[in-house]
Amino acid sequence: MITLGNYLILGGIIFSIGLIGVMTSRNVLKVLLSLELLLAASNLSFVAFSKFNGDYAGQLIVFFVILVAAAEVAIGLAIVVLMYRRLSTIQADELKEMKW
Amino acid sequence: MVNPLLVWIAFFAPLVACILITLFFLKCKNSSSLIAIAGILTSFVCSCLVFTQIFQTSPPSELQQSLSWIHLDALTINFGFLINPLAIMMLLIVTGVGSAIFIYSRGYMEEDPSSPRFFAYLSLFAFSMIGIVLSNNFIQLFMFWELVGLSSYLLIGFWYAKPSAADAGVKAFIVNRLSDFGFLCGIIMLWGLSDIGHGRSFQFTDLVSVIPHLDPHLLTITALLLFCGVIGKSAQIPLHVWLIDAMEGPTPVSALIHAATMVAAGIYLLARTYFVFEPSTTALTFIAYTGAITSLMAAILAVAENDIKRILAYSTLSQLGLMVMALGLGGPMQGMFHLTTHAFFKALLFLGAGSVIYALHHEQNIWKMRGLFSKMPITGITFLIGTLALCGIWPLSGFWSKDGILALAFENNFVLYLIAATASGLTAFYMGRLFFVAFWGKANTHHKKHEHEVHESPLVMTLPLIFLAILSAIGGFIGIPQLLFPQIAPEAINMKVAIISSVIAVLGLVFAYAIYGKRSETDPLVKKLGGFYTVLQNKFYFDMVYAWYVDNIQQNIALYLEHLEKDIIIGAFVGGLVKLSRFSGNALRHLQNGIVQSYALVFILGAILLFLFLIKSYALIFVVSLIPLLLFFMLV
Repeated sequence: MITLGNYLILGGIIFSIGLIGVMTSRNVLKVLLSLELLLAASNLSFVAFSKFNGDYAGQLIVFFVILVAAAEVAIGLAIVVLMYRRLSTIQADELKEMKW
Repeated sequence: MVNPLLVWIAFFAPLVACILITLFFLKCKNSSSLIAIAGILTSFVCSCLVFTQIFQTSPPSELQQSLSWIHLDALTINFGFLINPLAIMMLLIVTGVGSAIFIYSRGYMEEDPSSPRFFAYLSLFAFSMIGIVLSNNFIQLFMFWELVGLSSYLLIGFWYAKPSAADAGVKAFIVNRLSDFGFLCGIIMLWGLSDIGHGRSFQFTDLVSVIPHLDPHLLTITALLLFCGVIGKSAQIPLHVWLIDAMEGPTPVSALIHAATMVAAGIYLLARTYFVFEPSTTALTFIAYTGAITSLMAAILAVAENDIKRILAYSTLSQLGLMVMALGLGGPMQGMFHLTTHAFFKALLFLGAGSVIYALHHEQNIWKMRGLFSKMPITGITFLIGTLALCGIWPLSGFWSKDGILALAFENNFVLYLIAATASGLTAFYMGRLFFVAFWGKANTHHKKHEHEVHESPLVMTLPLIFLAILSAIGGFIGIPQLLFPQIAPEAINMKVAIISSVIAVLGLVFAYAIYGKRSETDPLVKKLGGFYTVLQNKFYFDMVYAWYVDNIQQNIALYLEHLEKDIIIGAFVGGLVKLSRFSGNALRHLQNGIVQSYALVFILGAILLFLFLIKSYALIFVVSLIPLLLFFMLV
């Protein structure tokens, strides 16, 4: 029997992988991919809660998240393209001008 | 019945003239003087009409009209006028003598390129002075009191390019501020005390009924504080120093402001608010002695002065002292009577002096004049009338008014009588000196080269002289005391005092003739007085003491305060705050290192903290919040 706990633990694991990816990847594309993992983990939790509570609001939110994620990826990729044009690199730690 | 509209017109006509000149006629010499004269004459005519209206009824009517000006919860300030016999007489003096002097100024200031500015100031002064006379409450009075101080400052420093004139203006202003501080304290104190059930008030008419209910000691303090204002404005000792220097201004200004009207405002204030002073014997005694000492000191100083205007200034001081003394002795009537006659003859003397100065191209030293009598007959004769009136020779106006004061002193306080009589004798002596040196004998050899240039002044200047001379001559016979104070029965003249003071006056003149009647180039008195003459030359060292005080004591305090302000308040507190925020900003900005992932880390840590806070695990919160600190120090 698969319980809510199993889903949540799976979601937590995916979320942690995503976090570590965001923190440690130097490649901006990998950071974006990890971000998708974060979103997927939270989507999984939403759907699990929705299923076990019999409340469809969770599923509704997941659709919104997918929508926003699509938009976010579009903008993120655009930024990566611009960054490459400007700096000829997509290493995140080369972006040091975003300060003061 | 008094028509209030006439009073308002009399009140504001000079202000309108002043505004018109300032706005449109600053370039037109001719029309500006005409506008100013029209303004003051309008005032004068309205005052005359009001005068006849007031004295139509018996007893003379009083009229008060107030507009609400500032209205707060506990504080009501009105703008209005209170016209009674005392006020209308003072108003007539101000506008009447003022008109004469305005007309005279048209001649005197003819050659001055900035005379429109002069007439604007003069009109402003007339407006402020009328304001003092008519005010029906202390706040309005104080406002006009300050305006008068301002216009006095502007007029003393009229020739501002001359450093001595600019300095004299500043000196007058500062000395008056000093005294006005006390005056303002007195006003506020009186206002604070004035609540006996109907709320506080500044109105004279309300205060009259309040005074009897007040604590006598507090009332004495209030009266003395109010008297501070008089000390400054009427130049009593120890704040008399400004009046002598104020002679740097144009001569008509000296005549109008520093002889006839403004300096008399202090006396008028005492008389108008006499109800405050009357119950307090201590205050009255103090006032009387202040006046008497001023009177004597000024008379002594006048003997050693060589500048024609400064001699007259000392004489003004001396006469003001007499008036203050009269009020201190409980005689507002005698004081105001002397104020009136003094306004006539002192304005006359100053205008006469102005006429001489005008003819001699701004020569003011009396030892360079000599024999003006034959050159300038009208000025000479009118000046002689003024001199005799000032000395108190029968039957001129000065005799009657001065005799009233002397008789009052004789009956009440013999010490004060002796001081006043000595001052009167000295007055006769120094005025005799002035007259014999400047007008007597043959023309001075110094002026041989422009002998024929010295001639009588134009009609526009001599007419006011004649007008004032007539007033000075007959001032004792037109019943001024009864007009001022209709409720007081006229007193018979005290024959004993009258004879003694006449003898003293004649003796003073005779002495003056004995010493100065002969021709001489320098002052024969210098040798006779010896060391004392030096003391007189230094004006009893008042200025030096004040200068020493300012340089050594006040300056040190000021420097100390400056240090306190610059180094401690600005340096430590304000500057400290700046340094603190700059330091912390410098330290904290290293957190913002521009690396995207470190931002993400902080973001995640924040999320974790929030989570821990929600499950109330405070120990873990502590541990987690150490992480960014550690990171921070690693990055720095």
